[in-house]
Amino acid sequence: MYFLRRFALVVPLLVVISLASFLLVRLAPGGPFDRERKPASPEIERRLLARYHLDEPWWRQYLRFVGALGHGDLGVSLQYRNHTVNDVIAQALPVSASLGLLAFGFTMGIGLPLGFFAAARRGHWQDYAGSLSAILMVCIPAFVIAPVLIIVFAIRWRMFPVALWASPLHAVLPCVALGLYFSGRVARLLREAMLTAVKAEFITAARAQGLSETAVLLKHALPLALLPVVSYSGPLLADLLTGSFVIETIFQIPGLGAFFVNGSLNRDYTLVVGLVVVYAVLLILLNLAVDFIYVLLDPRVRYE
Amino acid sequence: MNRTRRVFRGAPSGRRVFRIIPGLHWLEAGSLFLLGCSAILLVGCKQEPRADLVIVNGNEPESLDPAIVTAVPDMRIAKALFEGLARLDARTDRPAPGLAERWEISPDGTTYTFYLRSNLVWSTGEPISTADVLYSWRRALSPSTASDYAGQLFYIKNAEAYYNGQLTDPSRVGIQALDSRRFQVQLDYPLAFFLDLCCYPTLAIVPRHAIEKYGDGWVTRTPLPCSGPYELVAWRLNDKVRVRKNPRYWDAARTRTELIDLLPTASPNTALNLYKTGIADVIWDKDLVPVELMDLLIKSPDFHNFSFLGTFFYRFNVTRKPLDDARVRRALALATDKEQIVRKLTFGGEKIATHYVPDGVANYQSPKAAGFDPEAARRLLAEAGFPGGRGFPALQYTFFASAGGGAKIQGKIAVELQQMWKKELGVEIGLRQIERKIFYSAQSRLDYDISASSWVGDYNDANTFLDMYVSTSGNNRTGWKNSRYDQLILEANRQADLLRRAELFRQAESLLVNEDIPIVPVYFYAGFALFNDKRVKGIFPSILDEHPLQEIWKPDRQSRVHVRQADLATRF
Repeated sequence: MYFLRRFALVVPLLVVISLASFLLVRLAPGGPFDRERKPASPEIERRLLARYHLDEPWWRQYLRFVGALGHGDLGVSLQYRNHTVNDVIAQALPVSASLGLLAFGFTMGIGLPLGFFAAARRGHWQDYAGSLSAILMVCIPAFVIAPVLIIVFAIRWRMFPVALWASPLHAVLPCVALGLYFSGRVARLLREAMLTAVKAEFITAARAQGLSETAVLLKHALPLALLPVVSYSGPLLADLLTGSFVIETIFQIPGLGAFFVNGSLNRDYTLVVGLVVVYAVLLILLNLAVDFIYVLLDPRVRYE
Repeated sequence: MNRTRRVFRGAPSGRRVFRIIPGLHWLEAGSLFLLGCSAILLVGCKQEPRADLVIVNGNEPESLDPAIVTAVPDMRIAKALFEGLARLDARTDRPAPGLAERWEISPDGTTYTFYLRSNLVWSTGEPISTADVLYSWRRALSPSTASDYAGQLFYIKNAEAYYNGQLTDPSRVGIQALDSRRFQVQLDYPLAFFLDLCCYPTLAIVPRHAIEKYGDGWVTRTPLPCSGPYELVAWRLNDKVRVRKNPRYWDAARTRTELIDLLPTASPNTALNLYKTGIADVIWDKDLVPVELMDLLIKSPDFHNFSFLGTFFYRFNVTRKPLDDARVRRALALATDKEQIVRKLTFGGEKIATHYVPDGVANYQSPKAAGFDPEAARRLLAEAGFPGGRGFPALQYTFFASAGGGAKIQGKIAVELQQMWKKELGVEIGLRQIERKIFYSAQSRLDYDISASSWVGDYNDANTFLDMYVSTSGNNRTGWKNSRYDQLILEANRQADLLRRAELFRQAESLLVNEDIPIVPVYFYAGFALFNDKRVKGIFPSILDEHPLQEIWKPDRQSRVHVRQADLATRF
């Protein structure tokens, strides 16, 4: 019932989000056809706007957009005029998604053990070392770590390609550069949550039953401590799946992130609104998934 | 209430070994699934054969449709795919026969008769006839195509009236197919650069059958019928454009390289990394070399620069006080030390601009403007009522600077100009940096005092630089209107005698840089390409920065492997 209600909310939510982005992107000064050189006559400029219905009042443009959206059509990109927004997404989303999923795997693969380990050895040097590396991961931004990775692994040691997107090998450096920051976040989240969880009464009870410390931590504390990580994972995954401008630019990866940023800079109205809608759908669905996983992880959680 | 039931259960039983952590098996299964998916997606990337030549071309092409392309990187590809009646000679930048093997020009210079080659076919095999030429030009001229450059056809009789809807019958536009091989064009007046326009993408020949079948996205579909030396293999956004030699092109025997990848690269550092590791053979966009490394790169044997039809200048908004006073504009111009900007900031072999139309343009020699003269500048400013800069209102210099690449230099130039004006004239000019699209919109609306500007010639003729300052031009953007200037440009373009024409242009340009000074040229851009001239041949210096793909080749295709291992560390 709860999930049904959440689903019913998706449509009005999307309307609000698309309308807001539709208006905001048009409110920004400058338009898609403001360029260094103007067409030879004002008439050409007028026809150009008319061709993409930009001469109509905004509400009619919006209705046109919604009407097309009903057929799953996001319109023609104003910057890449031979491509529809659907086409851009169909080309770029799989790339972003595969890189994002790999980075997500990397994030969890590094972050969870690190956080767990730090919490298990709380107060010892291992905890400090773990926490310090987690903080470093969070503090060093991707645009610093990525060039360092390139210099070391791609240019000096020639283990991986410097850029482009052609084989699984090409995914390694971007995946690390993208995932490292989030690993740090996850490790810190998990460590804090573990430290809170072990203070709970049922942990004391479990210890009183004579269970080993490992069993107590793994079996009883961890599921509870995972909850914040899980709720963080929803937006994180949506973020990773839709690509990263920085990583995509540095490694020249044909993902969605660069389109998002360049679309806004170039006032590519249709592309920006289309991508916002896609991002919103992903975010909503993943948040629903998070709620669902909550039920599985924490028996105390019930949705009425 | 069973909320704690699971928690107090004993040790896990053997068969539920995966349920050590309750609920986590979902995560495990999920992660495995996700990893599996991404592995499949990655493996799903087709392993393509390696291209024979890889070029870092510039930004992702906005379009490859010749009627729509406006940016130089896009045009380079569009011209490789679609040819016009004429094409530019790679060595001279002058028009040479393309799809038309020859042409006749009437004595009054207004009627052109083109003779198509007899062996013309699309890359997909269908014949190309004058009907295709007629269709292509009418399409470029059709408002529904919304071509930015439709104006390139307005020199044709009745073309503008047709575009504006004053004329609805396309057959009254001055183009007609006399028969399947003869194509005739009527111009309004003898136009010295009409053949240059015939080399321009807007006038290239495009496949009606594909366009009518696929609409807007026709140029993304393969097999794409191409009329140029190359055909499209794949166009993947932000990944690459891959082209293959068109074996049916009329001059295919002279196309030198089979398979070419053109990479859209947004970051100068990435471009250089690709080049240094031997993945890319050529970088030919001046915005794609890190400005910070320019002084090093220019010493590298791989660095090639050449003069280029492009000018960096600044505009005055002559509708604002005190810039409406030519003496003030002249004072600011005379106080600009162009030498210093070129010496201190640009590094790419740029030359200072004492006039607006770059040197080397066909059939034209510019007048010279006064150089750096701070003494005269101060005198003029005092005459205009601001002795020593006193009472001079707070003006702003507007520019945009993108985060990376060549445009980064804009900010440095702005600071330099600000300092010069302060030092020499005692005037305080503020700096206003805005986003690119906002910048162009502000410039068009004359919402600025002084603004950074640049212009790159479309074709090899002074008109591409000069006609933009006529009163009615949307590219004027200074508010400056001078009927004498308008008259000179009009007369020059109706003039069949090239010497007389050049003289008229010279008078017009003199108004621009010597008398009224709505603009101040600062330096001429330098064209640039990074490649090892032992490994890559056929890239010639080009005043239009055009390097036809069919001319480029690698003497030894194996050499790339060589370079990867040995040469790299020592090259830079």
